[in-house]
Amino acid sequence: MEWEVVIGCEIHTQLATQSKIFSGAATAYGAEPNTQACAVDLGLPGVLPVLNKEAVRMAVKFGLAVDAEIGKRSVFARKNYFYPDLPKGYQISQFELPIVGKGHLEIELEDGSTKTIGITRAHLEEDAGKSLHEDFHGLTGIDLNRAGTPLLEIVSDPDMRSGAEAAAYMRKIHSIVTYIGICDGNLQEGSFRCDVNISMRPKGQAEFGTRAEIKNLNSFRYVEKAVEYEMERQIAILESGGKVVQETRLFDPDRGETRSMRSKEEANDYRYFPDPDLLPVIVDDDTIEAIRATLPELPDAKRARYIGALGLSEKDAGGLTAAKATADYFEALLTSSGCEAKLCANWVMGELSAALNKDSKSIDESPVSAEQFGGLLKRIADNTISGKIAKEVFEAMWNGEGSADEVIEKKGLKQITDTGAIDAAIDEVIAGNPAQVENYRNAEPEKRGKMVGFFVGQVMKATGGKANPGQVNQLLKARLDALL
Amino acid sequence: MHNNTIAELAAGLRVGEYTSEELTRAYLERIKQLDGEFNSYITVTEEQALAQAREADARIAAGESGPLLGVPIAHKDIFCTDGVRTSCASKMLDPFIAPYDATVVRKFKDAGVVMLGKTNMDEFAMGSSNETSFYGPVKNPWDKTAVPGGSSGGSAACVAARLAPGATGTDTGGSIRQPAALCGITGLKPTYGRVSRYGMIAFASSLDQAGPMARTAEDCALMLGVMAGFDERDSTSLEKAVPDYTAELNNDLTGLKIGLPEEYFGEGLDPEVAKSIEAAIEEYKKLGAEVVRLASPTPTWRYPPTTWSPPPSAPLTSRGWTGCASATAVKSPGISKTSTSAHVARASVAR
Amino acid sequence: MALEKSDVENIAHLARLAIGEEDIPAYAENLSNILSLVEQMSSVDTSGVTPMAHPLDMAQRLREDVVSEPNQREHLQAHAPAVENGLFLVPKVIE
Repeated sequence: MEWEVVIGCEIHTQLATQSKIFSGAATAYGAEPNTQACAVDLGLPGVLPVLNKEAVRMAVKFGLAVDAEIGKRSVFARKNYFYPDLPKGYQISQFELPIVGKGHLEIELEDGSTKTIGITRAHLEEDAGKSLHEDFHGLTGIDLNRAGTPLLEIVSDPDMRSGAEAAAYMRKIHSIVTYIGICDGNLQEGSFRCDVNISMRPKGQAEFGTRAEIKNLNSFRYVEKAVEYEMERQIAILESGGKVVQETRLFDPDRGETRSMRSKEEANDYRYFPDPDLLPVIVDDDTIEAIRATLPELPDAKRARYIGALGLSEKDAGGLTAAKATADYFEALLTSSGCEAKLCANWVMGELSAALNKDSKSIDESPVSAEQFGGLLKRIADNTISGKIAKEVFEAMWNGEGSADEVIEKKGLKQITDTGAIDAAIDEVIAGNPAQVENYRNAEPEKRGKMVGFFVGQVMKATGGKANPGQVNQLLKARLDALL
Repeated sequence: MHNNTIAELAAGLRVGEYTSEELTRAYLERIKQLDGEFNSYITVTEEQALAQAREADARIAAGESGPLLGVPIAHKDIFCTDGVRTSCASKMLDPFIAPYDATVVRKFKDAGVVMLGKTNMDEFAMGSSNETSFYGPVKNPWDKTAVPGGSSGGSAACVAARLAPGATGTDTGGSIRQPAALCGITGLKPTYGRVSRYGMIAFASSLDQAGPMARTAEDCALMLGVMAGFDERDSTSLEKAVPDYTAELNNDLTGLKIGLPEEYFGEGLDPEVAKSIEAAIEEYKKLGAEVVRLASPTPTWRYPPTTWSPPPSAPLTSRGWTGCASATAVKSPGISKTSTSAHVARASVAR
Repeated sequence: MALEKSDVENIAHLARLAIGEEDIPAYAENLSNILSLVEQMSSVDTSGVTPMAHPLDMAQRLREDVVSEPNQREHLQAHAPAVENGLFLVPKVIE
């Protein structure tokens, strides 16, 4: 039988506010345990929540970025369950009336086509604390610094049909939330986590199969791998006549497997009810428009502009706009170098990203700033150095040996544009390679163009790569043709 | 001294008739002697009370004058008190020493009011008789075989027994008004949102409201003046200036219309209680109020919320009651110098 | 609506309350009475009535995003039953 996978995602994004969603405690990552947990976060008897304005603003901003309906009257609810890192015994979340309603976005597929994925809703809620299970004399340690950190839970429609699509969706949401500045997008620190719901059904069947939920995936690659593993697991169960159990599973990246965590409680076991300590949140049209005005150019629009106005390829445009930091760097480089977009794109996507990868650095940590990089590209444009020499200069800049001009100066890499010097090298090469010269003369005219390459190479070698290849080509051609 | 009202005690402190420390010692002594019979306190905070009293005396000596400066009162053990056990009369919270003050507690502290201790109550405020406390039942000072009412029964009893001139209470579905009535004192549930709920352990958040319990309406007015006001820590807190509640105490009630739901005057009403209420109604009429008897357009619910809300359902069911209880709170008969509830209370205590 | 024994057991489990077998009938009756009271209330026609969140019809007030709560760990943990390395200690929750 041919099977089809159905995937829906719930992404938890930590909002980049200064203080918690319902208290005035700080949200900074990595603080000493419980130093950022006030009475409200501890859920002490008698405490009350007061909603953070910025969290609301950020949620609305996300809604506008995915063209969603904004809940002008949204309501907070209590989701009841017991776990020690949830000290109140309930999580304040939203249930019936979320702040963001139906929206959508587009993902780009490997074949270059695009697909629309629906957003079911996005709601505000508070994060829980952390349980540390290493041995405290048989006890569990609780750190409530994270308790009360604002989360926007973004729920997709079950629109994805492969692990690659799920990963592309996660990347797109990541790209949007970081573009609009509502989340730092730090996957390692847990600022961005994805729960994936996966079920299988015979191709062509309308109703969904029983799903398993893979919790807390914090890497795009894991999402893809987890989906692939889960598809195989579920198909094997179904084909042997078994039934998939609705449950929560965890992905083990070391083994590339998912394993059962606990059976998922029925949704109504959470006994949601409106939180009487909080009143309905009203967002009026003026507020929505004011927030809309703060939206930056979004990844899709930027990509279209790079292709249309800047004439970049789809591949380059996609690569440059995937992360806002890359696009920002690229645009800064365009300005500082004054060079054409294609050249800038090649360098960012080529040398720079290779160097970043090699040193496992993010573009924000690049030792070569866009400003400094611009200095290098300028020297290519004005023929001071060739593209090949520029790579050498870039490497030196990367290693902190100074600006482009300093490196060129110090290493004497300035391109030879003096015709006399090039002519001398040409004389030498012609004199030293009589056989090749003879071949050239006897060759058919249409083949000669290609044969010039050999002489260019020799001349470049003789000048230590510092001659301008275009100029060498031109001069050589004239000289060789004169010998005919 | 202990037979004086808060207003009288405050005046005595202002003119130096006695110091806050003397006054506080007098009450602590009475509590020590008499509360064994009534069990109105869960915790008596003698040391802190004396320290606060001395501080108040210093403020008075420095020329400061506040309406309640140096007056001792008691807090219902539902309000968090920094460094003092806050049990809510439950075994579950018996070891709980709150690390912060409820806003109401802080406001009284700031006003130089001395805390004598924490009063007994129905466990988690879920009860109307004060028989459900982990720390044992409270006795009605007028008749030790009778209940004081609840859930703020300890507060009502300690005021009635003159073990404090005033006490704080909380009211979800009658928890101030009913024990005030049963103990012959005056109590008031303010409009929801008037008094901060921060630091007050919730029963049903959309109905809970703290209020004053004292001997006279004037004392309640003085206490409410300190308790009320906007609190940025409570999302349901009302952002509105606090009026001087004592300003209109002696006005007549012309223009005030009081509705009497007929359904409450039928079957099951004790004739003596009925008589007391009728007497109170006459009193209101004399003061100029218009009394209108009316029938509820919807069936009358026969169970006040506190009688049927066990712990797990309290928050779940509270929403359904929002309309009912706040309606009673929005226009309470107001503050008049005569304590109408006292009439009712004496009648029922006598039973 | 009358609750069954199993409903009471499930509710008690969700609330993490241990209740004695012998108390179940009383709880079932008590809770059923509450439900019938709610049913009685539900019989009132409330169509066209917006649910009330606050008697004064207030909306949620929003707090400025500023850090107003400094570290108070020592004070807040002073009376905690068990603390180590700044962590609250609780009975182990996973195997």
